[in-house]
Amino acid sequence: MDLIADHISHRFGALEVLDDVSFTVGAGEVVAIVGPSGCGKSTLLSILGGLLQPSAGAAKWRGAPPAGSLNPLTFVFQDFALLPWDTVEANVEFPLLHAPLAPDERRALVDDALRRTGLSDFRGAYPKQLSGGMRQRVGIARALAVRPAILLMDEPLSALDSQTRELLLEDFIGLLAGGGMGAVYVTHNLEEAVRLADRIVVLSRRPGRVRRIVPVAVSRAERSADEARAKLLALQDELWSLIREEAIDAEREVQHA
Amino acid sequence: MRPVAFRGAGFAPRASRHAGWVALLAVLAVWQAAGSAGLVNSLFLPTPLAIARAIWQLAVSGALWQHISWSLMRIIAGWILGTAAGIAVGFAIGLFNHARAIGITFISALFPIPKIALLPLLILWLGIGEEPKIATIALGVFFSTAISVYSGVDAVPRNLIRMAQSFNVPFETIVRRVIWPGALPSILAGFRISASVALLLVVSAEMVGADRGIGAFVLQAGNLMQTDQLLAGVVILSLFGLTVGKLINWLEMWLLRWR
Repeated sequence: MDLIADHISHRFGALEVLDDVSFTVGAGEVVAIVGPSGCGKSTLLSILGGLLQPSAGAAKWRGAPPAGSLNPLTFVFQDFALLPWDTVEANVEFPLLHAPLAPDERRALVDDALRRTGLSDFRGAYPKQLSGGMRQRVGIARALAVRPAILLMDEPLSALDSQTRELLLEDFIGLLAGGGMGAVYVTHNLEEAVRLADRIVVLSRRPGRVRRIVPVAVSRAERSADEARAKLLALQDELWSLIREEAIDAEREVQHA
Repeated sequence: MRPVAFRGAGFAPRASRHAGWVALLAVLAVWQAAGSAGLVNSLFLPTPLAIARAIWQLAVSGALWQHISWSLMRIIAGWILGTAAGIAVGFAIGLFNHARAIGITFISALFPIPKIALLPLLILWLGIGEEPKIATIALGVFFSTAISVYSGVDAVPRNLIRMAQSFNVPFETIVRRVIWPGALPSILAGFRISASVALLLVVSAEMVGADRGIGAFVLQAGNLMQTDQLLAGVVILSLFGLTVGKLINWLEMWLLRWR
């Protein structure tokens, strides 16, 4: 299943946020969206996932979602968005409650998602009892439980400390490695983008336009090799030089607003 | 070398349960001593022991239970009616555009009215039985409940609702599994207020027109200058309020254990 941003523009009142953004996410592909603060990255993701109606253009999809997918386009949120009154298990089960599943099928999906995220021993815990990293793992388990075709990840690591971020990033790389699941990964962190993505969509500052779509030359499977790391670092520098001037302007603008 | 002076003290008051009880007992002891020594006229302020004796006599004679049961019946009936309507209207205001526009207008207009002022009108409408008293209590409870419910619904984090929508969770499930538990802390805080409103209104209503119930009893005792009986009634009202407060504490601890 492909996900297509088809000439998407958006404005909040007088504020123009996105201007004619187009790109395609192929089946199993990981596309990162980077850009300076306030360039509309998260707005774009909300539009792609059907949580926001664009002022112009549309989010579309093509082809059939994989068999058994209960929610082809599934979000992972920056603030985790866990139900604080439900246990880990109930949070993961929540999106399955209305699905046409037999109780044992539902339990199997929950168990599988908990196992893949290393949460099996925490199923009875409440979110407040967990660290930030574990909370985001619950968010990921909940997303995996519905068998998504494409994960829509909105800065999923930016609320976490750097060590936890590294651990979860490794988890993401592992989860997406099979190629069965694609992702749109919104981040302001260029290292995350180059380590995770097949292609990187660089947006300009507000109103966000596609400045460039940069392929990551090293395949995802080969990125742990030493010479690959050097290439990724070079790419990261290249992206930063592309964004730096605008990031400075964007920061000044935000402070004046 | 000099030590760095500590400057982080204070601003973290902790209530010691012990001290509270000691202070209460001390006040009662002084009060009792002043009464026994004849420093205070017992007609105006009977001693704690005299009040305790009055409560005991009321309990033994059975009059206490009769008055309490009448008051309880009115409070419970009025509170349940007002709470049910308040929750329904509060949710409607919290969830739907038209209900919000209309509901908030009416609530803003009617909430400030002291509900006891409506009792004479309600007596004209409903007769002189229990109905107008129960309706007065229900009205008082309704407005404060409706307000606490819609504020609670408004306070449910929008990101949780969007999360549920992103999984295509149906409206009814969002209300039941996201909005209801999210609004519950505010709803329970509202129960605390509505319980005290109900207590205030039952006493007022019974003073206006009833011959049974704690309010009626307190008023009659005052007319007969039986101040020990009067204060016995007041103590019972206080105990009732405390009990309800404790019940709501337990309810909160049980229902909001996730916090």
